[in-house]
Amino acid sequence: MTETMKNGGVLSRRGLLKGATALGAAGLILPASMRKAMAEPKKGGTLRIAITGGSTTDSLDPATWSELFVQVFAACRVNYLTEIAADGSLVGELAESWEASADAATWRFKIRSGVTFHSGKSLTPDDVVASINHHRGEDSKSAAKPIVEQIKDIAIDGDTVVFTLVAGNADFPFIMSDYHLAILPSADGKIDPATEDGTGGYIVDSWEAGVNAKVKRNPNYWKADRAHFDAVELYSILDSTARQNALLTGQVDVIDKVDINTVGLLSQAPGIKILATTGTQHFVFPMDYRAAPFSDNNVRLALKYAIDREEMVQKILGGYGAVGNDHPIGPGDQFFAADLEQHAYDADKAKFYLKEAGMDSLNIQLSAADAAFAGAVDAAVLYSEKAAAAGINIEVVREPNDAYWDNVWMKKPFCASYWGGRPTPDWMFTTAYAAGAPWNESYWDNPRFNELLLAARSELDFAKRKDMYHEMQMICQKEGSTVTPMFASYVMAHTDKVATPDQVATNWGLDGFRCVERWWFA
Amino acid sequence: MALLLTLLKVAIAIAIAMASGWLFRAALVAITRGETRKMLRTAPVSAGFGMLVVFVYVFVAVFAHVIAPFSEREIVGAQFLPWDSTHLLGTDNLGRDMFSRLIYAARNTVGIAFATTALAFIAGSFLGLLAATVGGWLDQVLSRVVDVLMAIPALVFALLLLTIFGTSVVKMVIVIATIDATRVFRLARSVAMNIVVMDYIEAAKLRGEGLFRLIIREILPNAMAPLVAEFGLRFCFVFLMISALSFLGLGIQPPTADWGSMVRDNASLITFGNITPLLPAGAIALLTVAVNFVVDWSLHRASGLKE
Amino acid sequence: MTAIWTMIAKRIGLGLLTLFVISIIIFGATELLPGDLAKSILGQSATPETVAAFRRELGLDLPAHIRYFNWLAGAVQGDFGTSLANKRAISDLIATRLSNTLFLALYAAAIAIPLSLTLGILAALYRNSVFDRAANALALTSISFPEFFVAYILIFFLARTGLFPSMAQVDAQTAFGDMLYKTFLPALTLTLVVTAHMMRMTRAAIINLLASPYIEMARLKGMSPGRVILKHALPNALAPIITVVALNLAYLITGVVVVEVVFVYPGLGQLMVDSVSKRDFPVVQAVALIFAAAYVLLNLTADVLSTLSNPRLVHRK
Repeated sequence: MTETMKNGGVLSRRGLLKGATALGAAGLILPASMRKAMAEPKKGGTLRIAITGGSTTDSLDPATWSELFVQVFAACRVNYLTEIAADGSLVGELAESWEASADAATWRFKIRSGVTFHSGKSLTPDDVVASINHHRGEDSKSAAKPIVEQIKDIAIDGDTVVFTLVAGNADFPFIMSDYHLAILPSADGKIDPATEDGTGGYIVDSWEAGVNAKVKRNPNYWKADRAHFDAVELYSILDSTARQNALLTGQVDVIDKVDINTVGLLSQAPGIKILATTGTQHFVFPMDYRAAPFSDNNVRLALKYAIDREEMVQKILGGYGAVGNDHPIGPGDQFFAADLEQHAYDADKAKFYLKEAGMDSLNIQLSAADAAFAGAVDAAVLYSEKAAAAGINIEVVREPNDAYWDNVWMKKPFCASYWGGRPTPDWMFTTAYAAGAPWNESYWDNPRFNELLLAARSELDFAKRKDMYHEMQMICQKEGSTVTPMFASYVMAHTDKVATPDQVATNWGLDGFRCVERWWFA
Repeated sequence: MALLLTLLKVAIAIAIAMASGWLFRAALVAITRGETRKMLRTAPVSAGFGMLVVFVYVFVAVFAHVIAPFSEREIVGAQFLPWDSTHLLGTDNLGRDMFSRLIYAARNTVGIAFATTALAFIAGSFLGLLAATVGGWLDQVLSRVVDVLMAIPALVFALLLLTIFGTSVVKMVIVIATIDATRVFRLARSVAMNIVVMDYIEAAKLRGEGLFRLIIREILPNAMAPLVAEFGLRFCFVFLMISALSFLGLGIQPPTADWGSMVRDNASLITFGNITPLLPAGAIALLTVAVNFVVDWSLHRASGLKE
Repeated sequence: MTAIWTMIAKRIGLGLLTLFVISIIIFGATELLPGDLAKSILGQSATPETVAAFRRELGLDLPAHIRYFNWLAGAVQGDFGTSLANKRAISDLIATRLSNTLFLALYAAAIAIPLSLTLGILAALYRNSVFDRAANALALTSISFPEFFVAYILIFFLARTGLFPSMAQVDAQTAFGDMLYKTFLPALTLTLVVTAHMMRMTRAAIINLLASPYIEMARLKGMSPGRVILKHALPNALAPIITVVALNLAYLITGVVVVEVVFVYPGLGQLMVDSVSKRDFPVVQAVALIFAAAYVLLNLTADVLSTLSNPRLVHRK
């Protein structure tokens, strides 16, 4: 088996508050120590990638991006203010450096000079302001609106863009790396959302929504040591077997989302390498906290002990993943609470908690569809089989994939869901666990947790913050309303002609979408 | 050499199939009397084989709980275990016994497929024959309604019905039967159009025969052959349709086993030459071939050919 | 003959009416289906405010009947509007995909129809022989497999060995010969999927007539069995055969999304599925009308040809 398991990147906060200047202004993104360890990238060749998630309804407008195809396409042609490096640390991209006020409520980003768009226009702070404003305001229809709502005001001060926040947020520079917040050219304070222009390493040659995108190298790219391919072709292939066949017949060089059922067989094929990264992506079963029986913490605990996590990682993830501990912080995160007791399958404990809740048996329905995550229905079936031993009868209800997020998610009391994860605990907790948050899928409301969340957000002292996140993970685990059985790796495959850096990013698939920039042909 | 060996295996399989078909027919002849016996004597060996297979399937479906070594939902071990004496056909992607699931799937799908096809044929052929016989505005209305039903893309149609009615086995049967009935209607109508202009129909009309008597006694027997042929195929399409619908979330609920979904769940293995998905697919194929061998025989009888 | 022309004219008129009814049904369906464009595009990240903003901008907040009539007014003038999801003109979106879909359907039909008619006639001629049984068993086996499974098997044997590409990547610049080569596997898959149905119907329809007195007569006159079937049985067996051929042609145009997905072939099926799942109503409507028109036209053609094949129907009293 030729495969590399790479563990979760450590989210470094060093250099976060006082930006990326230490890493050099010439755009050397990786720390010098790491660069030496790597093989020297070579230029040339046409990289062909088969990607899932492309649709004929895809659009160039960053406000609408949500699937892998457009995300990688974006990584070809645009840049962001900041970038999450392969090791999980935050580095500057179009922002050369940044600094915060003492209360972390005002952030000054110095914009890199000498960067030009494909059209030849120079990058100005105005472009940055217009690009971020595209997602803000009353009429914003952006998927990123919730994360930029904390911005009270954006101003320009020379070559610096100044963000004033509603409240302090020590993680704000991380937010600026979000894949929606692409920096596009502006005119009269507005960007044209339909433009193919950008500052990225590749220039768009052709694009057919839901079919393919072809780009060629940007000769004037401001990063000298990135974007090694002469051209990149992205193919939208929705069927996992078809992706595999395309790789095996040599029609593409890289595929994403390898079919778990056959990953073992694929890894034995000559000239094929499997690449798996475990980061923040996790699969969950949220329970509706507001309603019986889930309003009783004993029932929630019973359900947490009635799930066989190890078996799920083996059978649903094919071993490509890690067990979850009923909170959303991955084992690779620097805030991960490693000393918490690991929840494991224990029918007796589950029975005990059921008794505590005054029940001998429990009959519930679990709604699932493979739209929630690949293998969700199978995972629900496994859950049901194992829970039966504890007197919990879970009836699996297969829901339609179509409109799953409208009809089932946050509507049915117990269902399957997934999170691609967020690079910081604050971001993750705020999105899905804070009381009243729009995507708080379990409607959980824990006063102590909410209080800690606010306190930790503007806390600049690392040790104090770590303690707070530790306690929050514990509350989540002991009282939370979400069963988090597993963290799923991103499993990709490529031919041995493709060379990858020693460290591959874990924040998203395909090297954090950046394989087009970071990989090369050996 | 390998090719020769394969050919030899195929030849042996066919020989066994023919022999068992012949034996089964002989057995049937032995236990029946009168007209049935006379009829069975004339059955070709292929029909005997077909009847045997159908009989075995029905037997398996009825006695699934006795035959199957494990329950259809029980997780008995690791995933994708190889074939051995405990797990005759290994285990599936969740570690359930493949052999047991194949057997339970017979129970779950054969009945549904039969009910669905029968429903589609009763509704589709009756309305088709009626439209052709009565003609005029009734024909126009029915035909245009069928045009509309057929022209709604299957995906939208299935989602719509799913939204309106929700999911359950009974509803799934009705949905598939409705879709199939439109196709049967088209066929029945076009066959009957040729029959209603025959002189003997005119004669029957002049005799003053009632509409339903006319359809059932005069037209249906002469339209039987194409309809029976269609039945043999529609029956098999139901398995595939169940698999397609369960992909949308309409259909048989897990952990209940059905062949169509079993093919889909394991299909990717075939790209590595692993034959697991051929098992459920083969189960469908064998039944289809068997049913159609019987259909061919009844077609032959219906045609009145004496050779 | 004038009766036929009146019938065709009448049917075309009714066909337009059918299309109109279908457009209402499809519109109603997209309204009834849970979820809307804004939510499905934003997916898990839809919030009430962004959804509302989306709906405002696209005019989705207008009452349903007003939106329908706005669409209808445009469609009648040949303007199908723009995709709600990415603002592209629907005519652009559809043009290349429609020609791809038609190309693949015709390609498959060009192989499948002659093949299945020939096999069907031969099977009827040599009925109950080993040839008949073998041809039937093979054809039946191939349709018992789901089409994606047939595709995987073909890819395993024909693409993995390097004979044909597993991805049918074509665009406007692809030459005709190259098109035929690249789309061979999808066409072959579809051929295997539709052949059995047409072949069995041909066989059944012919056998059904073989005991008729006029066939007996021809045979007694000493005509060869082959001539009897071609000259006497086939013409009278055409109606059900034509009906089934039309059904399968319609399927080749409207129902091949799975084959498109497996072979990564940009056809109308994928466009339909994407637009339905994103509730991109104008695109759904446009593609659905193309599909519906295909059904209406094929059913009409089948009816006309069936009628023409029977002199008694042409000269109906």
